[in-house]
Amino acid sequence: MTEPLTTPAHIAQSIGLTTEEVFVGHHAGAAKAMRLENVTVTFGGRAAVRGVTFDAYQREVTALIGPSGSGKTTLLRALNRMHDTVRSAAVTGTVMLGDTDVYGRSTDPTLLRSRVGMVFQRPNPFPTMSIYENAVAGLRFNGVRKKSLLDEAAESSLVAAALWDSVRDRLKVHASTLSGGEQQRLCIARALAVEPEVLLMDEPTSALDPIATKRIEELIGELKDRVTIIIVTHNMQQAMRVSDRCAFLLMGEDRTGELIEFNSTSKLFSEPDDPRTLDYINGRFG
Amino acid sequence: MAGGIFAVLLIAFVVAMATQAVPAFSKLGVSFLWGSNWDPAHNHFGVLPFAVGTIETTVIAVALAVPIGLGTALALAYLAPRRLRAPLSTAVELLAAVPSVVYGLWGLVAVAPLFRTTVEPQLTSVLGWTGLLGGPNQGVGLLLAGVILFIMVLPTMVAISRDVLAAVPHDQVEGAMALGATRWQVLRKVIVPGARVGLLGAFTLATGRALGETVAVALVIGNSAHLAPSLKANAGTIPSLIVSSFGEASGTQLNVLFAAALVLLVVGIGVNALARVFVRSVKRSGAASVTVA
Repeated sequence: MTEPLTTPAHIAQSIGLTTEEVFVGHHAGAAKAMRLENVTVTFGGRAAVRGVTFDAYQREVTALIGPSGSGKTTLLRALNRMHDTVRSAAVTGTVMLGDTDVYGRSTDPTLLRSRVGMVFQRPNPFPTMSIYENAVAGLRFNGVRKKSLLDEAAESSLVAAALWDSVRDRLKVHASTLSGGEQQRLCIARALAVEPEVLLMDEPTSALDPIATKRIEELIGELKDRVTIIIVTHNMQQAMRVSDRCAFLLMGEDRTGELIEFNSTSKLFSEPDDPRTLDYINGRFG
Repeated sequence: MAGGIFAVLLIAFVVAMATQAVPAFSKLGVSFLWGSNWDPAHNHFGVLPFAVGTIETTVIAVALAVPIGLGTALALAYLAPRRLRAPLSTAVELLAAVPSVVYGLWGLVAVAPLFRTTVEPQLTSVLGWTGLLGGPNQGVGLLLAGVILFIMVLPTMVAISRDVLAAVPHDQVEGAMALGATRWQVLRKVIVPGARVGLLGAFTLATGRALGETVAVALVIGNSAHLAPSLKANAGTIPSLIVSSFGEASGTQLNVLFAAALVLLVVGIGVNALARVFVRSVKRSGAASVTVA
């Protein structure tokens, strides 16, 4: 007789997986959508976030959490090369998108950004464009001209962003007539229309009311089969609700953000490996 | 309060011009406004050649100023190396402070000879087929006046356009970049449309200045009372007519000059009003405002 399988370690052993894989509910060899290795972002020689290493898995939501100043947003913006426009900014280490080296010599940043979408803190639809034009703006930037393709993409991305039913009859109306929550969902639709592999979300609900926030969170859950999501949030409850894995960042003594712990969300919030994570999730600082 | 003062001033202008112009209308009717024969010695007061000259010089100036001014403004706001932007912007603003008589004199002594020997012959050989460039190359004339006006309105056009282009919210720029837009696409699809209300303001100011500019035009246009048969021919504008003949004018001629000034004033106000209507319609369609919950 074998002993009853009671602990995660037992279960893991019995089916040939590590404890970690069982916790996350993931089979071995889960595909990595994005890999960060020793990533450091500096501004004018001063590091804002240093030495971050973790992987973001396909069909998962990875949350970056931590108090303000811990470099969450700075790190996120390094993943689609948004720091390129800041002259004093430099990114070192390795960021891989599938087999593509994000900072490789032959990598075109505009092409890269069509594979790694981004949704910002404040909804930023293009105010001079209609709802329809906003939804297909990325496709137009990428040279798609065919009306049937654009129509199809507009509908499917607006459906995916749970906005289609409320805007289908007013697609030609300016995007600025939408509510804040609708504008943010339009921004999500706009990002999805390009069919990115990864969607970066930088505190996407921080400018929204609780009801609009709830709808965006539900949307994140629906989208993760379609696109790998990496989300920055200052809200721990939100991280618990939407994410599969969590990266906890903290500002060190030299005011540089560092990765303290990367773990499955359930483990990080129940029995974190690092005492500083425990202090943070218990609200002792931040 | 201040608005009231300006309204009173505006009415005072119209009343003063109209009072002086009334004798012209009572003596000549209104047909002199579109008569093409200007010959005060024989009591012919057709203002049309000057009205047409005003429109032509303004069109030349604005047609050059819009693309070149917009391009320069985009360069100053987004494209030029950062350390060059401030000194270049200052240079542009200084140009706006140069008195118009200086532009006129410079046009006459420096640019006119260049036009006669180089610009006009070259242009004629390339664009002569259009039929717009007949007659001798003489330097002064309609084309030179238009070009000098263009140089005069350019600083205003650039300075205002640069400010409104730079004021387009950065999150719009990032939103486009994050979708894979190239730098050129960001400029063309996001920044220029986002600034269009302000750009229209720059365009209106430039047009107003070109319509009303007097001394510089009078110095370089050649002052002819005939409809110009060619861009190279001498011509006149309403302001240049007034400044060049006011001193010797008396009687009906004086009244006609006031009538012409009244027409110019009304056209100037009209251009402004049109721009306002357009701006309001753009704003009403929601394009000018970004709303966030």
